[in-house]
Amino acid sequence: MADRITLQVTRYLPEDSARPTSRDYEIPLRKDWSILDGLNHIKDHVDGTLSYRWSCRMGICGSCGMTVNGEPKLACATFLADYAPGPVRVEPLNNFPVIRDLVVEIGDFLEKLSAVKPWIIREDEEPVDGEYLQTPAELAEYKQFSMCINCMLCYSACPVYGLEPGFIGPAAIALAQRYNLDSRDQGSHERLDVLSTDEGVWDCTFVGECTRACPKHVDPAGAIQRYKPTAVTETLKAFLLPRGKR
Amino acid sequence: MARGSHDVLIVGGGGAGLRAAIAVLEAEPRLDVAIVSKVYPMRSHTVSAEGGAAAVIASGDSLEEHAHDTIAGGDWLCDQDAVEAFVKEAPEELLRLEHWGCPWSREPDGHVAVRPFGGMKQMRTWYAADKTGFHLLHTLFQTSLKYDRITRYDEWFVTKLLVDDGRTVGVVALELASGRIEAITAKAVILATGGCGRVFPFTTNANIKTGDGMALAYRAGAPLKDMEFVQYHPTGLPFTGILITEAARAEGGWLVNKDGYRYLQDYDLGKPEPTPVLKSMELGPRDRLSQAFVKEAEKGRTIDSPYGQVVYLDLRHLGEAVIAAKLPMVRELCLDYENLDPVKELIPVRPVVHYMMGGVHTDIDGTTPLAGLYAAGEVACVSINGANRLGSNSLPECLVFGARAGRAAAAFAAGAAGPASAEHAQERDERRGLERLRRRDGGQEPISAIREEMQETMEDGAGIYRSADSMTKAADKLRELQERFRSARVSDHSRTFNTELIAALELSCMLDVAEAIVFSASRREESRGAHQRTDFPARDDDHYLAHSLVHRDAAASPTVEYSPVTITRWPPAERVYGR
Repeated sequence: MADRITLQVTRYLPEDSARPTSRDYEIPLRKDWSILDGLNHIKDHVDGTLSYRWSCRMGICGSCGMTVNGEPKLACATFLADYAPGPVRVEPLNNFPVIRDLVVEIGDFLEKLSAVKPWIIREDEEPVDGEYLQTPAELAEYKQFSMCINCMLCYSACPVYGLEPGFIGPAAIALAQRYNLDSRDQGSHERLDVLSTDEGVWDCTFVGECTRACPKHVDPAGAIQRYKPTAVTETLKAFLLPRGKR
Repeated sequence: MARGSHDVLIVGGGGAGLRAAIAVLEAEPRLDVAIVSKVYPMRSHTVSAEGGAAAVIASGDSLEEHAHDTIAGGDWLCDQDAVEAFVKEAPEELLRLEHWGCPWSREPDGHVAVRPFGGMKQMRTWYAADKTGFHLLHTLFQTSLKYDRITRYDEWFVTKLLVDDGRTVGVVALELASGRIEAITAKAVILATGGCGRVFPFTTNANIKTGDGMALAYRAGAPLKDMEFVQYHPTGLPFTGILITEAARAEGGWLVNKDGYRYLQDYDLGKPEPTPVLKSMELGPRDRLSQAFVKEAEKGRTIDSPYGQVVYLDLRHLGEAVIAAKLPMVRELCLDYENLDPVKELIPVRPVVHYMMGGVHTDIDGTTPLAGLYAAGEVACVSINGANRLGSNSLPECLVFGARAGRAAAAFAAGAAGPASAEHAQERDERRGLERLRRRDGGQEPISAIREEMQETMEDGAGIYRSADSMTKAADKLRELQERFRSARVSDHSRTFNTELIAALELSCMLDVAEAIVFSASRREESRGAHQRTDFPARDDDHYLAHSLVHRDAAASPTVEYSPVTITRWPPAERVYGR
């Protein structure tokens, strides 16, 4: 294994130039270094002006999503050695406005997340004493969709979101399903308005790129497909039945 | 509601900050709340907590036992009234999280499951597999979205507390995306910024854990308490410092030396049994296990690795099914970062800086001595953790004291007048200072060089074992680094998402916190919990059954004073594990 590798990093500073450029940085190639370790080496020892987000460096906080050789990846969980001998292209996530360098604006997702009401909705009061019982099987119904770390790799991979920014998108739909499928929740009809619109599940063309991109093995594409018949039934019920019987 | 002015402003959007925000609105629904965080709340370091959250729920357990375990674990430096409130409210808080949707692991009958944990005499640690902090944080964050009276300032870095006539009246903060600097005023401010593990070179802590809240309070004149107590977790992965949860040992993992020998039996921690025994061996407290590692290394019985001495954590006998069900993240982390499978291979581990027992001095309601200022979570020191925190007490601490601080701040804000406008001069000065730093020309050395030297200094001077000699050297070096920081190079002069400027501000916080740690540690001439002095190896209750309170005076040099520990029902005694 060679002992150096080149990162071709997208640089963009709106104060200085209207267009992004790419800059090459040759860095040490160490077998246990992630892409993030490489970027930190650049930041600390080569060029202090490079900007990117990172925090936990263990694949759980979701900060360091970026595009590595054309694919959306967590920089902290993607390793230089897998790209040897290089060079490796490191670019910001696709489908988001770029604030600077590798930093993208994700405010749109935060709004969409709120719109699907990702919290437990109950018609009755909370039980006075103790927990809601939930069997391991009931937990397993939604657990997978609760593993989303909001890293935005699925939005970056999603061709629909790229073309129609109004699309609620994979993670927000998966998280809506995370609550819809939770035995403690009674709020699925309240999420219907958002999920069953044209910009909800029906926008998805089931390409499945989101599921392939997810670093946490959430299956947003599965969540969306699974919701479609529910959306039909719920919409019909909403149309045919008075509110109390839904 | 207008941006820029709020009833309660919370700095930090992790477990404690989010719980506090909701608690404010539960108590006073008409107030408006701001959460100002340097990251999006779901990026907060609570996300990395793995093993679980302790609270009495199982039959056969009792509040008294949780309290006693916590107090003994803390080597009798915990305030026992605070511990009693904590153990009583912890189950209520974890149940509230359950009602909000936290996916706790369950028993077959649908009840919440509990697991053993270090230093705990009963099984009382609730868990969501081994991603407990992740689930707890996302549950809190998603639940907070239903409150339209919470305004979020995501990716705003707080640089200063505004203090007017002895009362906290807001903050000055810098928006990362635009670089703009604004005063945000509030009737009450809650610090919930977490710990400061990045002061050390080898830590489980995320990059954002730079002691910002501690430094903000310290600079504003609030004392920091018990800063000498820094917890080393016994099982971090070499190189990255990524945590392998204590749950790995709770589920039956063994710590072995280079001969495959379960060495903890040589350190008064009990006898090796094939299955886990509560409060014994691998389920002893973290301070004792980390200290045993150092002694074992001194005997030459640890293993050389490219990243220093290590021992092995052996999970192989647990089998794939248990590891997949109870410890999936441990396996994921080992596969990703060590390229090994714990089902078949030994995991190399070594002690790693994990948690600050010390922090901003508060009472049982999160109130600091500075009017209008509150603190909760790791940034604060109540103290329920004393000289050594027990594993799985920190998540419930965030909830119990986040809620308490939220309620106290709400009551204060509901009865307080809005801040006067005298803070404008402070805002102007702060803005000018920040602009000067951003535009600084020339400069000697990079921020990273000073940061690395600080980290090495702390490990050498104030690590698992300290002495007067090591700390004198560290204090001298830190003074020198403070001086060098004043002429450090800032090569990025832009406004837009200037992470080098943020790194400089964080380093400045860390240097102040590092000095407070070393200063407090050098004054405590005894060994207690996580503070082990080679020159004072015994606990000294006659002189040091007391909290240290470090202040910074006008000349910016620290002074320390002591306040008594509150003892209610458990007089100081020997800590007993494994016998």
